[in-house]
Amino acid sequence: MTQAETMREARSTSFNLRQAVWIAVIAVSLFLVINVVNNQNHAGSDGSATAVLLRWMPYILEGFGLNLVMSCLAMVLATLFGVPLGIAQQSQSAFVRLPAQAVTHLFRNAPWLVVLFSVMYLIPANGNFLGQHVEIPDWIKATFAFSLPVMGNISEIVRGAIRSIPTGQWESASGLALSRRQTMIHIILPQCVKRSIPSWMNWYALLTLSTPMAAILGVREAVGSAQAAMEAGGGRPDFLIPFYLFLLCLFFLYIYPIARLTKKLERKYAVV
Amino acid sequence: MLSSEQDRAIPLNGQQHEPIVSIRDVRKRYGSLEVLKGVSFDIRRGEVVCIIGPSGSGKSTLIRCINGLSDIQHGSIIVDGIEVRDPRLDVIALRRKVGIVFQQYNLFPHKTVLQNVMLAPRLVLKESKDVVEQRARQLISKVKLDGKENVYPGELSGGQQQRVAIARSLAMRPDIMLFDEVTAALDPETVKEVLATIKELAQDGMTCILVTHEMGFAREVADHIYFTDGGVIVEDGPPSEIFGNARDPRTRRFLSQVL
Amino acid sequence: MENAISDFFKELDEKVGLNFNIFYDQYEFSRFLNGAANSLELMFWVISVSIGLGIIGASAQSIGPRWLKNIIGAYVQIFRNTPPMVQLLFFYFGLGNLTPQVDMGGYTEPLISSFTWAVIALGIFGGAYNVEIFRSGIDAVPKQTREACESLCLSKMQTNVHVILPLALRISLPALAANVVSLAKTTSLAYVISVPEMTYVLNQVWSDSMNVPEMILVLFLFYVVVVAAIGAIFTFIEKRTSIPGFGQ
Repeated sequence: MTQAETMREARSTSFNLRQAVWIAVIAVSLFLVINVVNNQNHAGSDGSATAVLLRWMPYILEGFGLNLVMSCLAMVLATLFGVPLGIAQQSQSAFVRLPAQAVTHLFRNAPWLVVLFSVMYLIPANGNFLGQHVEIPDWIKATFAFSLPVMGNISEIVRGAIRSIPTGQWESASGLALSRRQTMIHIILPQCVKRSIPSWMNWYALLTLSTPMAAILGVREAVGSAQAAMEAGGGRPDFLIPFYLFLLCLFFLYIYPIARLTKKLERKYAVV
Repeated sequence: MLSSEQDRAIPLNGQQHEPIVSIRDVRKRYGSLEVLKGVSFDIRRGEVVCIIGPSGSGKSTLIRCINGLSDIQHGSIIVDGIEVRDPRLDVIALRRKVGIVFQQYNLFPHKTVLQNVMLAPRLVLKESKDVVEQRARQLISKVKLDGKENVYPGELSGGQQQRVAIARSLAMRPDIMLFDEVTAALDPETVKEVLATIKELAQDGMTCILVTHEMGFAREVADHIYFTDGGVIVEDGPPSEIFGNARDPRTRRFLSQVL
Repeated sequence: MENAISDFFKELDEKVGLNFNIFYDQYEFSRFLNGAANSLELMFWVISVSIGLGIIGASAQSIGPRWLKNIIGAYVQIFRNTPPMVQLLFFYFGLGNLTPQVDMGGYTEPLISSFTWAVIALGIFGGAYNVEIFRSGIDAVPKQTREACESLCLSKMQTNVHVILPLALRISLPALAANVVSLAKTTSLAYVISVPEMTYVLNQVWSDSMNVPEMILVLFLFYVVVVAAIGAIFTFIEKRTSIPGFGQ
């Protein structure tokens, strides 16, 4: 292979900005074509699908805000639970290690939707907490549900990162008379952070892409709002494509840059 | 020893001095880096040529140009009548004449030794399975790997893998063999067996072009030695001359470092 | 149904109050079996479609013309970076709305059933991941292996069929296994377009019988068993195709 060929190949294997622009152009033109066709079919009815979509857009965007809030909160929860769980998986005591492995295994292998159902139905919607009557809104419960599968996967990432640290690090730390705990906190974990960041971000993206499932249980996030808007606008079948296409674009615009950054970091840290 | 190969490799009278490879003023650059700055020499049929020199002097690039794995930007390389810069170059015809063995063996890890040797003759030459298998077994025996026919490359030592790679190239019945630092990645103890195989090949009359750091081997086996440095041939001559009485100070410095 | 089993679960219901009616009630049991069969069938087709798309896409990306590479690149990015649930809704409601209805003599049925839409949508979704998996498998085959093929005069096609693909598929197996497992779990999303797979069926059961915790336990177990089975299949394939001295 000549060098020119090698370079051409390297260029084509990395998805570049131009392709992203192309996707946007294609999506927008598809959107417009569909709307024009729709408008011709429904001339005379009260407003084109585009007009209805535009009217309800602020409402849908507000719903999308809830997707973002849920994804961020769930990620915080998942990290808070997942990191200790991952460390526990590497514990020397079987009493700690085995339950941690079981929990990790369970939540990594159960479908998100099943976890969502179990949290929604098995955790009471209201109850007494320290003598006070509290009601837990559905979106909070959904957020908690979404954090569980991610927790399992973060636990596994942490375990993998700890294992990937060469044993020489453990040996030299014990040579300096550090305890296992001290070694973990001061030597091992700091080295794990950098190499875990790309997978962590990848799971954030997957988490965000799962938040629409909350709509199934009546949470008014973007998809739920869009469905409600379609209903309110008259429930016409010509709404379906533009509304769902709009939702796809919305998520793509948010997730694609994150995915790009993840790829970039992956490549950057792979060298180290 | 295979009679067919021997016949073809031994030069006919009158063709003794006809070069089989003719290299004229070859230049090559990677971007702004010029790695070959005008190299010329001829190789006769049956000749064994060693190219030596410090790393980065363009030795490997030069022999990769001979079978068209790398292209050249200036000059000409004619292999048995085929010009590599010909725009209508039949690259298959060229590569059938020129076998190459790499530093990293590059065997197919998912094929057994026998399958590695048989693959190209079956697919490219379209020869019948029986014919190819018979020849493959003879070649495996020639490189002294009897009994390893059904073993995978990953189970062999580096030296053994390299000998399979030689047999694999020979199975295409080339006229010329290129060896690109074939012992550089090997353990010292397995270097010897690979060199013995090449030496036997040379004695059979195969035209061999080697890039090597094995000075003792070069001295013993080569008919002619080229010393390259900085993309040019600094000095050339028979081994006795180069090793005994080098004229250029760069050659002498290099040899004093490696010997 | 085996009497011993149904008796055991009937007793469990009467004495302990755990109502696993799908294991003693004939009607609920047939619902359960149906859901399991639909789930497994859905998984089979979704996985097959996704692997097919993955191999075609990755091969086209490694040898196809530039415009084709770009189209496949866009396909991968679009389906990897949007919610699978919305994809499913888009396909079923959006595109399903455009496909014709078939007259079944008296009543009409859509040409493409919700099951088929689930196969199409989830297959395309999973395929986007598989393209990347197979492509990185192809990229992981050393460049020098291609050079060796070139030197031995193998054509591009021969190189790919006899050398690159067999190696790339083996290299891809662990990542493929992970994606297939995740895809099998994702089939539960077909719930949103009312495909009567396991999640949907057990939902109906617990709506009828109000035995949510029991049915959720069954649901968890079902997927854990399926995931374990897929893992075992891949371990078997990896063992069968492993080459002494290669990998590990």
